[in-house]
Amino acid sequence: MNATAANWLIQCSYLLTAFLFVMGLKRMSSPVTARSGIVWAGAGMLVATLFTFLEPGMDNYIWIITAIVVGTAVAWISGKRVAMTNMPQMIALYNGFGGGAAAAIAAVELYKGEHLSLVVSTLAVIGGIIGAVSFSGSLIAFGKLQGLIRKSFRFGGQQVFNLLLLAAALALGAMIASGYNVSANVVTGVFVLALVFGVMMTLPIGGADMPVVISLYNAFTGLAVAFEGFVMQNAAMIIAGTVVGSAGTLLTQLMARAMNRSLGNVLFSGFGDTGGAAATGEVAGSMKPIEASDVGVMMAFGQKVIVVPGYGMAVAQAQHKVWELCQLLIERGVQVRFAIHPVAGRMPGHMNVLLAEAGVPYDLIADLDEINAEFETADVALIIGANDVVNPVARNDKSSPIYGMPILNADKAKNVIVIKRGQGAGFSGIENALFYLDNTRMLYGDGQAAAAQLIQAVKAV
Amino acid sequence: MVVTITGIVALYIFMLAAFTGYEIIAKVPVILHTPLMSGSNFVHGIVLVGAMVALGNADSTLEKVIGFIGVFMAAGNAAGGYVVTERMLEMFKSSGARKKPGTH
Repeated sequence: MNATAANWLIQCSYLLTAFLFVMGLKRMSSPVTARSGIVWAGAGMLVATLFTFLEPGMDNYIWIITAIVVGTAVAWISGKRVAMTNMPQMIALYNGFGGGAAAAIAAVELYKGEHLSLVVSTLAVIGGIIGAVSFSGSLIAFGKLQGLIRKSFRFGGQQVFNLLLLAAALALGAMIASGYNVSANVVTGVFVLALVFGVMMTLPIGGADMPVVISLYNAFTGLAVAFEGFVMQNAAMIIAGTVVGSAGTLLTQLMARAMNRSLGNVLFSGFGDTGGAAATGEVAGSMKPIEASDVGVMMAFGQKVIVVPGYGMAVAQAQHKVWELCQLLIERGVQVRFAIHPVAGRMPGHMNVLLAEAGVPYDLIADLDEINAEFETADVALIIGANDVVNPVARNDKSSPIYGMPILNADKAKNVIVIKRGQGAGFSGIENALFYLDNTRMLYGDGQAAAAQLIQAVKAV
Repeated sequence: MVVTITGIVALYIFMLAAFTGYEIIAKVPVILHTPLMSGSNFVHGIVLVGAMVALGNADSTLEKVIGFIGVFMAAGNAAGGYVVTERMLEMFKSSGARKKPGTH
C-alpha cells in the first residue's frame, strides 16, 4: 500500500472514531443508553489504534506492540479487580497516565530538537506542561484517596513558591518555543518543574476536595491531548481531547458549585489565612451512645426514615445490608428515602453507583434540593458513614472551613442516629457539631456490622 | 501528510469540539456524573495513537524510552478507563431491571 492511500485510510478511520466517541458520550449521558455508550466509544478507540499501525515511515513496531500489550494488561486487570469504593482513585490513576502520555509525546518531539514552527512548538510545550502537571497531580490524588498520603503538606508562602515554579516552567518553555534555546537540558528542566508543580499544587488540598481536583485534572489531560494532537497533526486527538477538556471543565464547575465553592477556593484555600486547625474541635456537649435494639424499635414504629449514606458506608461495604434493612422497614409500612449529597462519597454520583450496585431503586434516592424540606417530618435520620455533608457548622459557623457548603439538614429530624466507627473527625478533619446535638444518638461500630444488628433489631420488634 | 491541519482549521475544530463537550455534559443527571467522568477519562486515552506515532518515529535511545513509557501509559489510560466505566455502567443496567420488583 502506498503512503497516500495509507494516510487516506487513517484519516477516514479517525473521522469514524470521532463520530463514535461523540455518539458514545452522548449515549452515556442517559441511564437507559449509558451501557451501550462505552461500547461505542470503545469501538472507536479500537478502530483508531488499529489503523494507526498503517502510518507510513514508522519504526520500533516491536516496542509499540509490547508497550500496548503490557499497558493494556496491567490496566485491564487492575481495573477489573478494584472494588467499587476505590473507583475514584483508579480514575485518577488512569487519568494521570493519559496526562503522562501527552507529556511523553511532547518530550519526544521537543528532544528531537528539530525546527518546529512557533505555533507548533508553543502548543507542544504548553500541552507538555499541562500533561505533566496532570500526571504528577493525579498520582498525588491517587495516593491521598488510597490512604498512602495522609497528611496535607503545607508551609508558609506555599502559594508564592508554587507560582514561582510555574513561572520558571513557563519561562523555560518560552525559551524552547521561541527557538532561543532548544537544548535537551532546557527541555528536561521544563518537565521536571512541571512535575514538581503538579505535586506541590495537589499536596496541600484536603482529601474532601479530591473529586473536584480529579475532575480538573481530567479536563487538563483532555486539553493536553488536544494540544499534542495539533503537534502530531492528528484530528482524532484534537477532537477527543477538546471534547473532554470542555466537558471536564463544566463537570468540575458543577462539582465545585455543589460544595458552594469556587474552583480557586478549592485549589488555594488549603493554605493561607483560614487557620484550619484553630477552627476545629470547639464543640460543646458530649456524644450520647445508643443500642441497636433501641434504634430498631424507633425506626420500626416510625412513619418516615431518611437514610444519609456517606463514604463510610462504602468503605464498610454496608450498602447491601442497609438496603436489606430498608426493605424490612418498607414491608412494615415505613416510608424510606435515601438522601444523597452531591459530593457524598468521593465523586458526584459515586454514592448512586454504590446504591445501584446494592439494588436500591432510583425513586427512593433523592438529592439535596429534593429531600432537605423532608427532614423536618422524618422520625429518624440514619446517618451511615457520612460526616461533613451533614455538619451544621457549614450553616452557622463562619470560621469553619466548610462554612457555606450546602448540607443535608439531617439535624432537623426528630431523631438523628449516627452509625460511626469511632469518635474521630471527618475526612476534612472538622469536628461535627451534629454529633453533639440533643436529638442525636451515636451507634458505634463498623457500618456493615451495625446494619446487621439493626436488621436483627427490626426483625425482633 | 495528506491532510494538513492549519492553524485556523485547528481553531474551528477546537471551537466546535468544545461546544460539543459542553452540550453533552450540560444535560446529564447527577447520578451519571461519575460514570461520565470515567467515560471521558477513557476518551482521552486516544492519546495512544499520538504516542504510537511518536514512538514509531523515535530515533535516539532517550526518545525511544520516553516514547515507550508514553505508549504504555496511554494504553493504560484507554484500557483502564474502559474497564472501570464499563463496570460502573453495568450496574446501572441491572439496577434498572430490578427497579420494578423493588418498588412495592
